[in-house]
Amino acid sequence: MTSAISAIQRSALGFVLVLVLFGALPLVISSYQMSIANEILIFALLAMSIDVLAGYAGRTSLGHGALFGASTYVVIYWTSVYGGSAWVGCLLGVIAATLIATVFAAFAVRVSGVYFLLLTLALGMIVWGVCLRWTSVTGGENGIRGVGRPDLIANPTVFYYATLAVVLLMTFLMWRFVRSPFGLTLRGIRDSESRMRSLGYGTSVHMFVAFIVTGFFAGVAGALYALFNNFVSPSTVQLSQSVEGLLMAIIGGVGTLFGSFIGAAAIILLENVVSAYTARWQMVLGFTFIGTMIFAPEGILGALRWLISRKRWRRSSNIVTNDSNTKGGTKWIADNF
Amino acid sequence: MASLNLVQILNGLTLAALLFIVASGFTLIFGLLRIVNLAHGALYLFGGYIGYSVTVGTGNFVLGLLASMLFVAFLGLVIDQGLLRFVRGFVLREVLLTLGVAFVLNDIALVIWGGDTFSVQIPAALRGAVRFAGIYYPTYRLFVLLLGILVFIALWLLLNRTRLGALIRAGVDDAEMVEAMGINIRRVFLATSMLGASLAGLGGTIGGAFLTLYPTADSEILVFALAIVIIGGSGSLVGAAVGALLVGMLNTIGQVMFPELAYFVIFGPMAAILAFRPLGLFGRA
Amino acid sequence: MDRRQFLKATSLTVAVSAAGTLATPRIVRAADPIRIGLMAPLSGVVAAGGREIVEGFNMYWEEHGKQSGGRAVEVIIEDDAGNPDTALQKARRLVEQAKVDFLFGNLLANTGLAVASYVKGNGVPYFIPVIAADDLTQRNRIRNVIRVAGYTASQMPRPLADWALKQGHKRIATISQDYTFGHEQCGGFAQVFTEGGGQIVSQLWNPLNTADFSPYIGQLGNLKVDAIFAMELGADASRFMKQYSDFGLKGQIPLLGAQNFTDQSVIRTLGEECDGIISSAHFAEGSDNPVTQKFVKAYSAKYNKMPSLYGFSHYSGAMWVDQVINQLKGDISNRDVFIDAVLKSQLTNSPLGRPVRFDDYGNPVYDVYIRKVVKNKDGKYWNVPIQTYPAVSQFWTYKPEEYLKNPPFSRDYQGIKK
Repeated sequence: MTSAISAIQRSALGFVLVLVLFGALPLVISSYQMSIANEILIFALLAMSIDVLAGYAGRTSLGHGALFGASTYVVIYWTSVYGGSAWVGCLLGVIAATLIATVFAAFAVRVSGVYFLLLTLALGMIVWGVCLRWTSVTGGENGIRGVGRPDLIANPTVFYYATLAVVLLMTFLMWRFVRSPFGLTLRGIRDSESRMRSLGYGTSVHMFVAFIVTGFFAGVAGALYALFNNFVSPSTVQLSQSVEGLLMAIIGGVGTLFGSFIGAAAIILLENVVSAYTARWQMVLGFTFIGTMIFAPEGILGALRWLISRKRWRRSSNIVTNDSNTKGGTKWIADNF
Repeated sequence: MASLNLVQILNGLTLAALLFIVASGFTLIFGLLRIVNLAHGALYLFGGYIGYSVTVGTGNFVLGLLASMLFVAFLGLVIDQGLLRFVRGFVLREVLLTLGVAFVLNDIALVIWGGDTFSVQIPAALRGAVRFAGIYYPTYRLFVLLLGILVFIALWLLLNRTRLGALIRAGVDDAEMVEAMGINIRRVFLATSMLGASLAGLGGTIGGAFLTLYPTADSEILVFALAIVIIGGSGSLVGAAVGALLVGMLNTIGQVMFPELAYFVIFGPMAAILAFRPLGLFGRA
Repeated sequence: MDRRQFLKATSLTVAVSAAGTLATPRIVRAADPIRIGLMAPLSGVVAAGGREIVEGFNMYWEEHGKQSGGRAVEVIIEDDAGNPDTALQKARRLVEQAKVDFLFGNLLANTGLAVASYVKGNGVPYFIPVIAADDLTQRNRIRNVIRVAGYTASQMPRPLADWALKQGHKRIATISQDYTFGHEQCGGFAQVFTEGGGQIVSQLWNPLNTADFSPYIGQLGNLKVDAIFAMELGADASRFMKQYSDFGLKGQIPLLGAQNFTDQSVIRTLGEECDGIISSAHFAEGSDNPVTQKFVKAYSAKYNKMPSLYGFSHYSGAMWVDQVINQLKGDISNRDVFIDAVLKSQLTNSPLGRPVRFDDYGNPVYDVYIRKVVKNKDGKYWNVPIQTYPAVSQFWTYKPEEYLKNPPFSRDYQGIKK
């Protein structure tokens, strides 16, 4: 199965690239730039959680930003207001995000397409509304200030590598998840739900679990963000968080997993560069959205993959390649997304 | 201690009237073109700013209304023909593209009019308040209520008594069938797009007089419009009216009685409907 | 820090460039410019005030040749969008990437608190002429966060409450924006009002950026009160005043405002809906003090509008810091020395027309005017003093140690005497 081996090889290459590139960065860049790279890693994880649901399960969500931010709130609240340990706080944050994802999933399991998008948007807004108005707990407009990281990871460089390690671990777990039998079933559902149902697969259960799993990963990203930013406010859970996360996933390439790193880097670097010269970042972001949708909805990595698989298809014209991770996958993206 | 009285009820109704004007455009576009136009809020705000500038420049409120409706209809045309054309048929791409348009429009408005808050000038006849049933209520808000009702009647007549309206209704039900019958459905789509957009522009100028215009007003009104159209059902005028009444009243009462739950009171029902009855109260598949 | 950067730059051959990063070593010489990071909300509900922060600040430096203590002054401006997350991000960028010498500005309390918690960690001086969160000079004092030409939220409304009692008002309701600044202003008012025998009948709280005040006005109209104390700022203030007038309450129930409520940035675009509203503040653009009038005229000539609190505060703040830097002859490399010098200093020649100095807790003491909004001879509205309360500190008539034993103001604790 040459195509299967090369898929694993490609993923291994992705891991190594991320490890080497991000791992070597602190040696050559300033501490401020390292904090930017740190931010990129955290948001890549958020984008990945959205990507798994959108690219492999076929459901585009605008609620994962709220899950991300909810985790941040719990971590900061636990360490700052309650005075607990940061490690326990992170655990609680991830649990909270997963629990809220369970509630979201219960609502969203039978819905797809645009309705799914709007439903997750509405649920995300409820979370935002709670964070904004439940002033006694969340501090309302003021937000909550953190108390700094525990000594072990207080140093920015140490924390950077810790983030890298956690993000790579989560990426690996997600990779295993999408390549597992469960993940393959998900892709089958994505490609044709009716067929899978007639084959006897519980499509709703699969969607339910998939949502919760991606919620877990968004929660991990949120916990990292709490340690990174040392501050949380209603902006952390607001709709724009979900929108930017989705855009990062799209620009990198929906359904490519590693594309999220590219997407997160592209958006965050673009914002830093653009903001240094002009205040018109919102317009640039808008045009990026428009341009991506018209010219490159498969994203950077998606377009690359499609080009490569097309070349291979032409070269071996007698063999039908049906690896749904490449041609089939990008075809689904191209047709449906 | 909060009390629900005639003033509060009127507050809810007048807000509902404005929301209906905006949501009616949204529901037509969603119902017929199947596009969730996330730029609808930006069209509202842009229209409002245009209405403001024209009213200030000419001193005429009606001119401001007309200018905003026409200009935003034109914007709708440009967006449809210039951008959406390239992603026809790909629902999610269309939605996200309109989101990008919303960002761009919002920023352009910020550049042109700045971050200050503006209030559209209303004609002297509509200023002040009327006294009735023991209360004192702003005349302008009553005008908005009346206008909302008029827009409903006008749209109902359009949809049910004109050929275009029949085509729109048929298109909402089954666009392919209409095309198969030899009708240029593209033109119907375009007309609907422009009509929907002009309603957003109208809403902007009307709303700009009592809710004022400011940089985040677009996302606020969009979110209301979404909730209304989801609850009421896409493509349904009656649905938009019922949805607007519900949302308008719930929002006003929510702020009075349960300030903590103000957002939940709107998004809770929206989420529930999407989960259990995605077609909404009056929508059809 | 400088040496390590120098070593890195010389030992590595790979040069990575990112916009605005200085990879070259920074050895401070006397000829180096002083870099100031100014943050203000240039978009959002208080965009008008934010712009005036920038205008007032720039006006001072332009009047004084853009230099201080023999060094050139560079002002780098960032928009905090009225949002604490953005403010934090911009503060980081200014300190870590643009390497400013100190930070200035912000408007909304929540943005100021976010930046304050950031500078607490790195000791960068942060000057806040407008951020009025009480605890920054009370229970949670941060040494390098300094209120040059600033004030605490609860400082200004207290004289107004006293004045209200003297007018014979016994029952008052409050409506305020629901965040720290609102809680503290209302708290200061409620505390003094109830201690003097008055009653706070009801307290309404609205979120920032409320477009439709009708539900709140509907409630207020139903209460039997002698007056209403309103704490709204920016667009919320103009909308509230308009809608209050639309619903006919303007003639019926007198309106008392917090200082930002009738600030120039609000009333200059309004008509008679703002006429006659009473507020209290240390600055009144209609004051007949000659120094104040000179400033108002100069500001009006330059920007075509009368100065607001935001413009005035940042002009005075720049003035204060400039005076200290001149005293130190431009050497602000030792942060401790710089901060000490500021806290011990006195602001002279400010547009208030009288010197200002800090109390023992780092907050200035002012004479506070009770002001009324009236039309001036050009037909524009401005605030004119009708009474003065001298030497009002952040502690009013209380002993600081006793006062600090009370909890900070919040929605639940409004200092109301039972």
